[in-house]
Amino acid sequence: MDKDKNVDVSKIVREKDVKTRNENYNQYVKQVTPKHSGFKNVLAAYLVGGIICTLGQFFINYYIYLGADKEMAKAYNTITLVFLSVLLTSVGIYQKLAKFGGAGTLVPITGFANSVAAPAVEYKKEGQVFGIGVNIFTIAGPVILYGIFSSWILGLIYYILKQFGVV
Amino acid sequence: MPENDRNNKFKMIGKQSILFHNPPYIIGASSIAGKKEGEGPLGHLFDTVWEDPLLGQDTWEDAESEFMRQAAEKAIQKAGLSSNDIRYLLAGDLLAQLIASSFGVAELNIPFFGLFGACSTMGEALSIGSILIDGGFADKVLAVTSSHFAGAEKQFRFPLDYGNQRPYSASWTVTGSGAVVLSDQNSNSNGPSIRIKGITTGKIVDYGIKDTMNMGAAMAPAACDTIKTHLEDLNLKPDYYDKIITGDLGYVGSDILIDLLREYKIDVSSNHMDCGKEIFDPESQDTHAGGSGCACSAITFTGYVLKQLREGNWKRVLFLPTGSLHSKVSYNEGNTMPAIAHAVVVEAE
Repeated sequence: MDKDKNVDVSKIVREKDVKTRNENYNQYVKQVTPKHSGFKNVLAAYLVGGIICTLGQFFINYYIYLGADKEMAKAYNTITLVFLSVLLTSVGIYQKLAKFGGAGTLVPITGFANSVAAPAVEYKKEGQVFGIGVNIFTIAGPVILYGIFSSWILGLIYYILKQFGVV
Repeated sequence: MPENDRNNKFKMIGKQSILFHNPPYIIGASSIAGKKEGEGPLGHLFDTVWEDPLLGQDTWEDAESEFMRQAAEKAIQKAGLSSNDIRYLLAGDLLAQLIASSFGVAELNIPFFGLFGACSTMGEALSIGSILIDGGFADKVLAVTSSHFAGAEKQFRFPLDYGNQRPYSASWTVTGSGAVVLSDQNSNSNGPSIRIKGITTGKIVDYGIKDTMNMGAAMAPAACDTIKTHLEDLNLKPDYYDKIITGDLGYVGSDILIDLLREYKIDVSSNHMDCGKEIFDPESQDTHAGGSGCACSAITFTGYVLKQLREGNWKRVLFLPTGSLHSKVSYNEGNTMPAIAHAVVVEAE
């Protein structure tokens, strides 16, 4: 850390204005708090995410080889990856993978499956309706809501452009 | 330590401290810990270490209640008492509406005050318990607090099976429960008697931290404020104490505390200890900033600190559990994290 850039602690302790004091303190805390290495994280995410996607490609190829057409093979692949993710979540392996892989496990469909399976396991004790029913989408909910909402917006734009003959 | 004049009607001293006329005795204490805590550096000091995080219960919440029940019973037993002898039970935990406490201590049939001070609850319980005893309102008081990693994760963060990365500043909630029996008389004939000489009650201190994954940073100013006020109120130097023991500032918060106090010309770098740093080994246990939770300071105090006092290794300690008083709702609504630290003077004589 660059010593010259350090926030002077006296600017926190002696500052009379609470807002300025808090700003100075937050800045100081930012400097003294250790962070994950960005480069290492990106590399791990690239590696793990890449492996998951390669696995997906392998499944698609395999289902085509078994005689499925391309669209069906993609659907089967999704089902397989989701199944694997839920399975790994239930035996406690996906969490360990995510700790290492970060966004590499979060972005593919397996991350989505994990975010649905985890609350389902956790809230089972609180019942089928108020437990699982209410809580299953606590993490995935925003993805679903804004996913649907943004596709609706895009659909609208597509419709308007089509009316004007642009697409 | 300045003696309080017994003829003085008041026991209060300075701005926010008390010196007791008849300092209560600690006559029994217990520590019940989870598996990870048992594997930590203090693991061999705890009364019981449970391999099963559920303790044979169905839910995390019931498991935490069971931790608390066992801690309470063990402490009463070690004090050579039965639950009928206890006038007041002061207990608290991290779960909403204190359900770990309510369900955990129900069958003990002791008049009950539920306390919420987040991870500072043991400091709050020892403070109020001592006031009750020195005030003549009770002769025996039981103070119990608990926390559970899984229950706290579920309530404050994510479901346990959700895959994510914890920042280095995040702390690890301690699973377990610690209990202390306070008494107006010493029943422990062998070894030094351990007494609570005084307290300094903390104010809510908020320096505008919003990151719940960095609770040490939110709580350090509160600890700083309480330590500074305590030393001023009692006119003491920090080296009066063998140890100044914060609850769960962890690695980040402890460094900040030392920095902040240094600005006030108070140097605690040689005798500061943090329960959150003691309880886990961050290298082998992957606990990042250290332990936290009501049980963190509670079982470190009952398992480790009291032992050091009993064996004469330390004579005087300032024990100040620290707590961050945010909730999931306050966090989601963009609020800062108000923090508190309650100091208790514990001396062996």
